[in-house]
Amino acid sequence: MGPLITRRIQVAFVGCPNVGKSTLFNALTGMRQHTGNWPGKTVGMARGRHRRGNTELVITDLPGTYSLRGASRDEQVAARYIAREDWDCVVVVCDASCLERSLILALQVLEKAKRAVVCLNLMDEAKRRGIWVNHRSLSRQLGVPVVCTAGDDRQGLEELTEVICTAAAQPEREPLPRWENPVFAAEEMAKDCVKKDGKDHDFWRRKIDQLLVSRRFGGGFLCLTLFFIVWLTVWGANYPSELLQRGFDALYGVFHGWLSPAPAWFSGLLLDGVYATCTRVAAVMLPPMAIFFPLFTLLEDVGYLPRMAFLLDPAMARCGGCGKQALTLCMGLGCNAVGVMGCRIIESPRERTAAMLTNAFVPCNGRFPTLIVLGSLFFSQAGAALAVAACVALGVVGAMAVSGVLNRTVLRAQPSSFLMEMPPFRRPRLGKILVRSLADRTIFITGRAMKVAAPAGALLWLLSYTGLLATIAGWLDPLGLILGMNGIILLGFILALPANELTIPVILMGLGGSTLQAVGEISPQLLLSAGFTWQMALCTMVFTLYHWPCATTLMTIYRESGSIKKTAAAGILPTAVGVTLCFLLNLLL
Amino acid sequence: MERRLDDLRPGDAAVVKAVNTNTHLRRRLQDFGFVPGTLVTCRYLGPGRKVAALEFRGTVLAMRMEDLCDIRVVC
Repeated sequence: MGPLITRRIQVAFVGCPNVGKSTLFNALTGMRQHTGNWPGKTVGMARGRHRRGNTELVITDLPGTYSLRGASRDEQVAARYIAREDWDCVVVVCDASCLERSLILALQVLEKAKRAVVCLNLMDEAKRRGIWVNHRSLSRQLGVPVVCTAGDDRQGLEELTEVICTAAAQPEREPLPRWENPVFAAEEMAKDCVKKDGKDHDFWRRKIDQLLVSRRFGGGFLCLTLFFIVWLTVWGANYPSELLQRGFDALYGVFHGWLSPAPAWFSGLLLDGVYATCTRVAAVMLPPMAIFFPLFTLLEDVGYLPRMAFLLDPAMARCGGCGKQALTLCMGLGCNAVGVMGCRIIESPRERTAAMLTNAFVPCNGRFPTLIVLGSLFFSQAGAALAVAACVALGVVGAMAVSGVLNRTVLRAQPSSFLMEMPPFRRPRLGKILVRSLADRTIFITGRAMKVAAPAGALLWLLSYTGLLATIAGWLDPLGLILGMNGIILLGFILALPANELTIPVILMGLGGSTLQAVGEISPQLLLSAGFTWQMALCTMVFTLYHWPCATTLMTIYRESGSIKKTAAAGILPTAVGVTLCFLLNLLL
Repeated sequence: MERRLDDLRPGDAAVVKAVNTNTHLRRRLQDFGFVPGTLVTCRYLGPGRKVAALEFRGTVLAMRMEDLCDIRVVC
């Protein structure tokens, strides 16, 4: 329970992108907000609480801003919050290893803030680079307390919260006079307070950078890395998925025994509907995500993603886009809704719209199971990984091509400038990566899918039991056949609108009947015996790539764009491409 | 000697003289502290020499060459 809260302080965390603000926030509030070593990670604001004796700090973590003059939406959000003044104390988080730039923002904040604390973060990074900051002198010149911290190091956090509590109790200070030129004022202050030991600590990191962005080595490394991640995800998830499935099937037998006195429809609804669908989805979703997200988070943490954007910018520019779009496509590989939200890092509204509308061309982890199962119809298990990688590549090509068309026709406007900060490489924090990617992303996304799979499973079972499933599939058969598939597959895609993972369970339910035992494991043999041909599998794979985004993604697009028209376009665009391609494939095959 | 920023090769350093890009870009660069009088070094170039990474005030910023040709520097 803890001591009674007698005092509540509203704190705002502000700072440039990539200064470790969110790491501090997470450490203080215990929340697991998303962090990563590339600019633009924090989207939107987050609020958390920290207890210090009788005092509670309510901390709002603002998105990173380079200045308060607001070019991008994130920067406007931060600037507006600071101007609102319903906070008690502002903490300006600065990068001690790169003080000048952080000071520019700090000076702008101090012009407006009635109570402020400056936090010099990344002291460990500064130490590594032989940079020493005289924080006492800085504090004197700025007129506010200055605290040194190093990420989530205990001591620094203690001091920070103590100073915040003290500062919040002070009377309002006179805001500093408006500097004529904050840039030069920052330069002067930095010259005064920062001492460097003159040695070149960055030699190797620079060399690695040069390698990673070179056309031949860098490009090759990028392709290899992405291919490796996809391949490992598919290949590595195979055995665990099987194990999970066997485990769930064994449990099924146990539950069946318990429910035998109940009426048949009841146990059918619960077991063959809800339980079967949920466990099927979990068994095929969890293992790939548990591999993909840690690997991707590792790339993020190290700081490779900006290098990726740098390499891909010329190619994206040819489509009227920019390198940042490549990053959103990578995020979309994990989850399209996350990819759409990530489009906030793209400043140009036109390019951002194009990126949002085409993000779903890249298959998310939820579509991997469908691709894997179908891919293994063609090839062996190892070959399925190649098939999925090829699909990912196709998805990327599709996204770039369509956004290229959009940028040149419907959304044509002034081409924007590409400006991206390249933060230094940081040693990845492996333990934290595992925890973050497993807890935050994998479990969260699986949980979200379960919330959808449970009612969907019940509905599915009802449709199947009453014969409606077969009837509706029959209506859809003509359309399905034109597209190289059939009515059940099409129904599978339609019913999988809430979550793409539902496609295979729906198809299986339609093919095999309404009991789990009748269907058994998801296996290629099962599909073959039910009349699946390789042509159907190919068309289904193509349609898996190019069809309407899932409901969560559509809702995210609506929230981000505020426009029904754009959301509708996001649904229609990939579907149109998919329908056309499948129709053509069907004619050719 | 006055040059354009897109003339710099990796390792070259210069001082910014004038930022003659469009207003939007100029203000964004200002936010980073990229103003006349700033010392800037070219860190590396990207594929096809279409993008460059520039270092100034301890920050490394990636920009497109087509924007850099509007910025005049003095070596």
